[in-house]
Amino acid sequence: MLYREAGDFKTSYEADSQTFPIRFDRIGFWVIMAIAFGVIPFMINDYWANAIFVPFLIYAIAAIGLNILTGYCGQVSLGTGGFMAVGAYACYKLMTSFPDVSIIIHVILAGGITAVVGAAFGLPSLRIKGFYLAVATLAAQFFLIWLFNKVPWFYNYSASGQISAPERFVGGFAVTGANTAAPAKYLICLVFLTVCALIARNLTRGTIGRSWMAIRDMDIAAEIIGVNPLKAKLTAFAVSSFFIGIAGALFFAVYLGAVEVGEAFGIQKSFLVLFMVIIGGLGSIFGSFAGAAFLVLLPVALKVIGVDLLGWPTDLVAHLQLVIVGALIMFFLIKEPHGLAQLWRLTKEKLRLWPFPY
Amino acid sequence: MTLKTLAAMALAGAMAAGPAMAELVIPDLSYRTGPYAAGGAPFSDGYQDYFALLNARDGGIGGEPVRVIECETAYNTERGVECYEATKGEGALIYQPLSTGITYQLIPKATADGIPLHTMGYGRTSAANGEVFNWVFNYPANYWDAASVAINYLLDENGGDLSGKKIALIYHNSAYGKEPIRTLEDLAAKHGFTLSQLAVDHPGQEQKSQWLQIRRERPDYVVMWGWGVMNQVAVQEAANIGFPMENFIGNWWAGAEHDVTPAGMAANGYKSLNMNPVQDYPVLAEIKAQVHDAGNAAGDGSNLGSVLYVRGMYAAMLAAEAITNAQEIHGVAAVTPAMVRDGMEALNITEARMEKLGMAGIGPEFAVTCENHGGSGQGLLQQWNAADRVWVPLTGFITPDASVIDPLIAADSAAFAAENNITPGCM
Repeated sequence: MLYREAGDFKTSYEADSQTFPIRFDRIGFWVIMAIAFGVIPFMINDYWANAIFVPFLIYAIAAIGLNILTGYCGQVSLGTGGFMAVGAYACYKLMTSFPDVSIIIHVILAGGITAVVGAAFGLPSLRIKGFYLAVATLAAQFFLIWLFNKVPWFYNYSASGQISAPERFVGGFAVTGANTAAPAKYLICLVFLTVCALIARNLTRGTIGRSWMAIRDMDIAAEIIGVNPLKAKLTAFAVSSFFIGIAGALFFAVYLGAVEVGEAFGIQKSFLVLFMVIIGGLGSIFGSFAGAAFLVLLPVALKVIGVDLLGWPTDLVAHLQLVIVGALIMFFLIKEPHGLAQLWRLTKEKLRLWPFPY
Repeated sequence: MTLKTLAAMALAGAMAAGPAMAELVIPDLSYRTGPYAAGGAPFSDGYQDYFALLNARDGGIGGEPVRVIECETAYNTERGVECYEATKGEGALIYQPLSTGITYQLIPKATADGIPLHTMGYGRTSAANGEVFNWVFNYPANYWDAASVAINYLLDENGGDLSGKKIALIYHNSAYGKEPIRTLEDLAAKHGFTLSQLAVDHPGQEQKSQWLQIRRERPDYVVMWGWGVMNQVAVQEAANIGFPMENFIGNWWAGAEHDVTPAGMAANGYKSLNMNPVQDYPVLAEIKAQVHDAGNAAGDGSNLGSVLYVRGMYAAMLAAEAITNAQEIHGVAAVTPAMVRDGMEALNITEARMEKLGMAGIGPEFAVTCENHGGSGQGLLQQWNAADRVWVPLTGFITPDASVIDPLIAADSAAFAAENNITPGCM
């Protein structure tokens, strides 16, 4: 009743191949867009921006990136943290070397640089698969962190090895630096996320996405029917790294403002993004959003409930949080291996029949 | 869908927050979990217990009760930012994050929000230049002071001559550990010793290769910039390769009881810097009687009187003194963060004042001015006595070499000012 394909007639090829072919999806998309762009920026304060929305938006970009590689192309990567670091350091070097160029161009270029690095580290994927590839990307993670710690050129020879984002403006509003207003911070991330998500959605529906999925499902069969594995795997690495690089650049420039590579982009970050993708749902753009929201919101929600409402000691809540997050990950892996996206798919099935299920 | 849920939660959160009360709000960004909890917990206990004592004994500061808000950061910068944003709206007067990484995050944010930041013996060293860093204070001493104090001590031991000696620096591979390198390089050039640098990655449990290198290079002294679990591992590894403990000097974040007790008797003779000698301060008895025995101890109450507990208490005392100053300067009891900043800038800690507070000799005498937010920079050496399980002060307060540090501070703060378009000046 609420959610149905029936009766949603298309009379042109454009209408048939639009991003959201089902009416309910389209309406939902525009409603969310209206709320995200039209309501939240006027309500947001520093706490909501810095503790919830900005990290959620940035992790969603990173999760989309990893989902393209792992979920759509089937190449397991543990190098997400390292690739985010590439984006962050590329953005920092560009910001400090060319201060007059817009930060938006820097972030996109940082994504491009990460894409090149990601494709280079993706080369081994042509020879090795599965766990062995995971180990190869793990090597990328450790190598990149070591590199940014070791070579002072990357952090402009600062005494502490930290990089900090200078103040930059978009259309007269500061988007990096300490004086950034909460709505500006939120909106810049939201614009990047919206564009990235639309690109990702359309890429995965097109030829290139189909070739990724063919490689994921059975690479030998894909090769026989004419999918070029070199092209498919390397484009997956490049596109995935492009998104992850943008996420890294925003993480550094907009969200934290100053980072230390080992702490901000360590192996934990790779696992965090991987968990987002797994919990959200492999091979689903919506799943990337759901996973990012889940893992960003859950610790904050647990903290609000445990410390602020129940008045428990902070260390107890912090330990409980580890237990609960761990238990939930296990629960999802056992009960719903396809992640939150599958729950949404099931909901849609139910909505199709509502209110007259058979 | 997700955003709608978020918006609903936002509304619920805003309603749950409630109105602010008229009291002195002090956030305590602590860490009682993770690889650095061993150091974070006693510091936080001391910090909170001292304010609890002021509440119990004096009814707060100047008649205003103190409300401490604890927020767990796990020494993680993202959690630290979340804690800062969560607590600043409650009317936070002063921040003490106890993490160099979080400090780097908070320097621009706190400056923009007008909330003073006290980074006692950690954080960004060049914040000692108060004309550039109006809102950041790192008295009574900073990392570059610590490096210089350690070298001055070694100079004393060697009759004023370190030429030809080899000193190894083993450091936590982070902003914290990298801070002293520049000073030590300058001091190496000045005094003619060679400096080798050995980085240990977070969290610091893996140090085998670094200590093998020390065994091969046979340095005369090892200086350590460690924190958390890294310290205990380093002391154990030094014992394993038979490095003479009396030639192994930790900085003041690598010299607490829990750093040396795991190595047992092997840690005997290990030296470290300290800025607050551990003694039987009368104030500790008061805390015991009025806070712990009343059942209001922070944490499990087991840390009373340990090195880092005393340092946390010292930090709380300096914050309370700044608030008292602010109340005197502005003539109101309910001070604002800006007033507290004025109080910090007018801080004058004398021997008489410390004695009156029941903590005679807990730190060096120092006075803060607009130009100098760094205090006297003095530190002392202490040595671990494993048999009696006590830290024994070896020296009095040693003055660092200002001729090396001051130009470095001027250069680094000038670079920061240029990067951020700050015109140096007093407020």
